[in-house]
Amino acid sequence: MATASNRSCLQYLLHLAHDNLDFRLPEILSLICLRGKTFQPGENFRQNSPFWCLGGLTEEDICGVMARSVCAKSAFELWGHGKTHGDLRTSLLSYPPERMLPFMQKGSTYRINVYTFNKTLAFADRIKRIDALEYLPFEGTVSLKNPQHVFCVLEDYGSDPNNIPEHPDYIYFGRWIADGQRELIRSHSVKNRHFIGNTSMDAGLSLIMSNHAKVKKNDFVFDPFVGTGENLLFYFCKHMHGSLGNVSVNTFTFLSLCVSGSLLIACSQFGAYVCGADIDYNTIHGKGRSSRKNQKWRGPDENIRANLRQYGTENLYLDVMVSDASKSVWRMAAVFDAIITDPPYGIRESTRRTGSHKDNFKTPDGTFVESHVPVSQAYHLSDIFTDLLNFSAHHLVLGGRLVYWLPIYRPEYSEEMIPLHPCLQLISNCEQTLSSHTSRRLITMEKIKEPEDVDGLIHLAEPWSRPYQGHNAFREKYFSGINKKGGRQEHKPDVNGGFT
Amino acid sequence: MKLLTHNMLTSHVKGVTQGYPLLIKATEVKVNEVEFNPEFVVKMIPKLEWSALVQAAEELGQKQDLPEQLVADYGKDEAFLKKVHRILLEVEVMEGSLKCPESGREFPITRGIPNMLLNEDEV
Repeated sequence: MATASNRSCLQYLLHLAHDNLDFRLPEILSLICLRGKTFQPGENFRQNSPFWCLGGLTEEDICGVMARSVCAKSAFELWGHGKTHGDLRTSLLSYPPERMLPFMQKGSTYRINVYTFNKTLAFADRIKRIDALEYLPFEGTVSLKNPQHVFCVLEDYGSDPNNIPEHPDYIYFGRWIADGQRELIRSHSVKNRHFIGNTSMDAGLSLIMSNHAKVKKNDFVFDPFVGTGENLLFYFCKHMHGSLGNVSVNTFTFLSLCVSGSLLIACSQFGAYVCGADIDYNTIHGKGRSSRKNQKWRGPDENIRANLRQYGTENLYLDVMVSDASKSVWRMAAVFDAIITDPPYGIRESTRRTGSHKDNFKTPDGTFVESHVPVSQAYHLSDIFTDLLNFSAHHLVLGGRLVYWLPIYRPEYSEEMIPLHPCLQLISNCEQTLSSHTSRRLITMEKIKEPEDVDGLIHLAEPWSRPYQGHNAFREKYFSGINKKGGRQEHKPDVNGGFT
Repeated sequence: MKLLTHNMLTSHVKGVTQGYPLLIKATEVKVNEVEFNPEFVVKMIPKLEWSALVQAAEELGQKQDLPEQLVADYGKDEAFLKKVHRILLEVEVMEGSLKCPESGREFPITRGIPNMLLNEDEV
């Protein structure tokens, strides 16, 4: 819907970070949707380009998006663009002067940056780029340190680092408006956090997950596997790829940089009230052995609530509880605006639920001894996803979103493996590659209708569930490639130091 | 455990049909100040089982002058919203248990955290 206002015709330029490419479009779409606007890309929109031109938004919308985006680095009001510097000049000179002049007045201060993608320019060349803009009527004075207005020339040299062209493929010029939240990633670094669980969520990805879930102020968000997460493998593959000969399972202890409740922390940063559950009593209570290197036991204040306190969002903490995701303790009511979780896939954290095959756990008079700990049994991955989708269908509000990670053995992946539910519509499916044969996919679904009795019956017969049946089948495959990387174990099974 | 959470929980012991609301037996109750946010309270009120909330407040001796019936037009009644805010978000059961009204099964609450795990023969 077009408005008469001139400002709504403005184009904005987003400069996106060149990692987690799959995650960028769903994030920006969700954030624009939270503003109540639609995504209107420019003519030559390419999803994998680091530069996106967007229309139909106001500067306020852009600021709102950038206040949350982890994928976008900076946003600009686009003043001109073109394939060559000549085209850029033509384009800039046709930009309405009344939109430029307020930012170029006498007495104001400004700076011009030069940014190049896929090429590094010598300092002298950067200066040349700035000097070439002399046709623009800058009246203010240059201030490098503390300018009132920042402008930027952005040159795109394509995305092939082995074939960098002499001249840029495309050039943009714009007025800088806002930066994204990549800084938040640093401030959320797990190293700064009080309580670290065995596994965790890369801080940037937890913020991206909250964005995909469209989490907003006063939402009620639930994480049914708050203590777990499977980022180990992520760290393993990203930082250690191929550099370890004999991989032992114990190696993972050193790589466990992960944090319990990190998804809740991310959601609370955006003003949502948060609640979590996990089957692991010690994780929930912040008891037991520490996951930190050089620290044996957890301190008294290492729990999820303390983590939120540290980030100044304890007022948004509702509760955590010890409970089993396969046995819902919530009454039938649609209360959650988002369910966001990293289910245990049984690679680092085991997949468990209560139940036993034994009969001898009671004393002769039929009571439990006080210290009795319920035995947990294997929780098949296909059942985890069935339960998670059914739970979400019942407990999400209409329009609420479920966001979770699905582990993938890449050689066998097909789209049919994404679990479906009649009440949940698939919104996005983004791959994070972990190694040549493994990845995980961030699945976002939105509740589109209230469940009826028949809808609860999504079953193991569905094609998606087959790879996830059998407790350890998936785990074995997942690790099979690491065996190959480690190499020695397969070829020389007698070598000391294989899997321990 | 806050009473907002309690209002959403039900007994899940096998065979139980009337597992709501869970009875609260508290040995330690705390009132922690939480920033008042009328929008969130207004948003949560329609999702509450009001009578269960009043009953829980009573069990903890925290009912004060919380009305038995949800007042009409509560959106603009700041005094009322503050009462609801207090009971939903500020009153916390630190030690005690939750009891299934039908089976009598008790779920312990320690350091403010309910343990809802069932034993092998109850699932």
